[in-house]
Amino acid sequence: MTLKLDAKIPSGPLSEKWDKHRFEMKLVNPANKRKYTVLVVGSGLAGASAAATLSELGYNVRCFCFQDSPRRAHSIAAQGGINAAKNYRNDGDSVQRLFYDTVKGGDFRAREANVYRLAQVSVDIIDQCVAQGVPFAREYGGLLANRSFGGAQVSRTFYARGQTGQQLLLGAYQALEKEIARGGVTMFERHEMLELVLVDGKARGIIVRDLVSGEIETHVGDAVVLATGGYGTVFYLSTNAKGCNVTAAYRAHRKGAAFANPCFTQIHPTCIPVAGEHQSKLTLMSESLRNDGRVWVPKRRKDCGKAPSDIPEADRDYYLERKYPSFGNLSPRDIASRAAKEACDDGRGVGPGGRGVYLDFADAIKRVGRKAIEERYGNLFEMYQRITDEDPYERPMRIYPAVHYTMGGLWVDYNLMSTIPGLHVLGEANFSDHGANRLGASALMQGLADGYFVIPYTIGDYLASNKLEPVAEDHPAFVEARAAVEARLSRLLSVNGSRTVDSFHRELGRILWDHCGMARDAAGLKQALEEIPKLRAEFWRDVKVPGTGAELNQSLEKAGRVADFLEFAELMCLDALHREESCGGHFRTEHQTPDGEAKRNDEEFAYVAAWEYAGEGKPPILNKEPLVFEHVHLSTRSYK
Amino acid sequence: MSASTAGAAMHLTLHVWRQKGPKDAGRMVQYPARDISPDMSFLEMLDTVNERLVESGDEPIAFDHDCREGICGSCGLMINGSAHGPMKLTTACQLHMRSFKDGDSIWIEPWRAKAFPVIKDLVVDRGAFDRIIQAGGFISAPTGTPQDANGLPIAKADADLAMDNAACIGCGACVAACPNASASLFTAAKISHLGALPQGQPERKRRAKAMVERMDLEGFGGCTLFGECQEACPKGISLDAIMQMNRDYVLASATAVEEKVHADSA
Repeated sequence: MTLKLDAKIPSGPLSEKWDKHRFEMKLVNPANKRKYTVLVVGSGLAGASAAATLSELGYNVRCFCFQDSPRRAHSIAAQGGINAAKNYRNDGDSVQRLFYDTVKGGDFRAREANVYRLAQVSVDIIDQCVAQGVPFAREYGGLLANRSFGGAQVSRTFYARGQTGQQLLLGAYQALEKEIARGGVTMFERHEMLELVLVDGKARGIIVRDLVSGEIETHVGDAVVLATGGYGTVFYLSTNAKGCNVTAAYRAHRKGAAFANPCFTQIHPTCIPVAGEHQSKLTLMSESLRNDGRVWVPKRRKDCGKAPSDIPEADRDYYLERKYPSFGNLSPRDIASRAAKEACDDGRGVGPGGRGVYLDFADAIKRVGRKAIEERYGNLFEMYQRITDEDPYERPMRIYPAVHYTMGGLWVDYNLMSTIPGLHVLGEANFSDHGANRLGASALMQGLADGYFVIPYTIGDYLASNKLEPVAEDHPAFVEARAAVEARLSRLLSVNGSRTVDSFHRELGRILWDHCGMARDAAGLKQALEEIPKLRAEFWRDVKVPGTGAELNQSLEKAGRVADFLEFAELMCLDALHREESCGGHFRTEHQTPDGEAKRNDEEFAYVAAWEYAGEGKPPILNKEPLVFEHVHLSTRSYK
Repeated sequence: MSASTAGAAMHLTLHVWRQKGPKDAGRMVQYPARDISPDMSFLEMLDTVNERLVESGDEPIAFDHDCREGICGSCGLMINGSAHGPMKLTTACQLHMRSFKDGDSIWIEPWRAKAFPVIKDLVVDRGAFDRIIQAGGFISAPTGTPQDANGLPIAKADADLAMDNAACIGCGACVAACPNASASLFTAAKISHLGALPQGQPERKRRAKAMVERMDLEGFGGCTLFGECQEACPKGISLDAIMQMNRDYVLASATAVEEKVHADSA
């Protein structure tokens, strides 16, 4: 271990840490805030909320996104909802319960203090979003409606039809546009961050490429905020948008930011199964569907080819209800995904290739009527029908797990600062709150908590506590970083081999899905660790990137991202190989209970694995942040 | 035919708008699209064609896309003269090749509007939409500690109406479909979303006036109620929103005149 991982958790009782810390943190005088420039990379829930809020406070903000508008960041695709401990239902919810559910749901691999703060500010998020005009679903009495989500026995999820992410993002986007109009934020659309620049060991700027002109630009700031999302597209097929990538986070990692728990990836149980080789992405069917849908497969293998309506009730295995009677169809994602895999591995899957299970709404339609189901999930049912050409009102949906979210990310302390001073990481890009498995409707909560309510305080403390020398664009560190970016782009363009970027990406995805997906074992991971460097070498020898760097060149954009994935994938597999236990989304087949449940090893693995970059071709260095559980009793997670 | 039984491969002919950059004149180019599965999405069909173009040493067709599930609003293609193609309430990324027949010719063009200049091939600059939002498409509620979310009951019908209009994905199909290249449906959707809610009332008139004026300034055409936008909108935004916008705008302009008279006589 070479890094000193200080999580900077404030002392005092758990419930008072954040209040105490807020009082103790230094403030930046209002007149001085405009003298500071903060570079925010990413414009999803975390990035847009941070950029808007920092600008409202008076900071000079520059915000960057690779899409043509900040409104298109992938947060927009979140469907089901956002959790908050409002206890509007009077069903026993509280900050303490949301905290407990999140730590338990994460299989005891998250940091208690961060999660508690998340639960505390969750209530403020809903208030803030309503004030902005987010049209949450309401009851006839005019009050806010709620639904249930996996891993919880209370109804604490707020939603806007099946488009909650869209509405929350548009709220943050509108706040951001308001600040752009006021002059507090300068927005750089169609700009991609390709390098982080450190001066005197502190994050002081970034190198970006203008994706339209191809120009390489230098941006100097006093602090850098990465809100660049997760790395699920490393698997090629995932529910993430095509543009999602690890480049910003991985470039920061190479400059010294520790990468925490990269093997903690979430496979979402309810996605539309793969239809063929041409598949470019997978589509999620919101977890909220499990409120009313019942998951089943045929009891007998020979029934798999039959039409579902021809399989009588007695011949169906409602396996989630059977195995987990108290949570049933609302079991957490990792558990539901694994159960689907087991059923299909047992030869009882349905649809093409036998990789699918039914999600059946017949009982719900009988109980509440088709109209009520239409109101709740109409847009999801339409989407399903468009993609599969099957009518889910008449025939159960076919679903199968798919890569959806990454709990791992850049290591951050309580202030959301990485191991590089001045580099802050928010939202899915950091690792802090979800442990080894994220509960449904908690990603939106975390993104907005970080952006609206945490970073605005903690970044002020950083800026007020550090003396930052003025730096110009011609500082040697910037000149060097810029030259490195240009050299790398030229190298990608000059290989001029025979294979497309996508063909490499697809192949990498297959290696990871087979060996670092829903179930992992040492032999498979070792095999992946042999195959990935070979594929990487082939990529640099044989990739074909047409066009030039001085224009809009989508092949070049993809090539840069895939090149980083080809390095990052190795880190994921190394992490998965070293973690000799099963927890949450990380299931090592060697470590399971006799009835096939994940077997944690708290004695040896109750820590955050924070990997440190050691240089080109050298194995990364493992640093450990021990996880101390003072408030939640470490127990075997049971949803039975 | 269900997706579980893969249909027979189709052979299609594409006519695609190719334009190297904003200053290039651009032209239609013909490409074969062979062995296309009916289960592919329209963009997966383009991916397939692009892979073959790259392999044969050509530059792939540039098009915007990201989420591929009909919500980010990135993709926008005129397909055989229709914005997002032939399926109602469907973005290009959600359109599947089973909507076409073996042997079909398909014409693919970018959004065409003065306010959406072409960047390359099928990629256009929709920055004008962001600037319309900047003009007033928000509720000024800086991050802080507002009242409890349930402190302000909102009738379900109002919340539903707000949501109907808030569903806009900002793709620009309304502009592309409009013979005047008007951005009225986009602008009106935001005005109607925020105007349906009590939180949106304090800035309602200012918002309508500023957004409409910005829309005109960006070079979008005027609305003459053709209704093509409503037909093309993948999210089903209704023309009613435009009626609402016009009412709010007239009211705001009248108020502005009144205020000016008061100011002049004071």
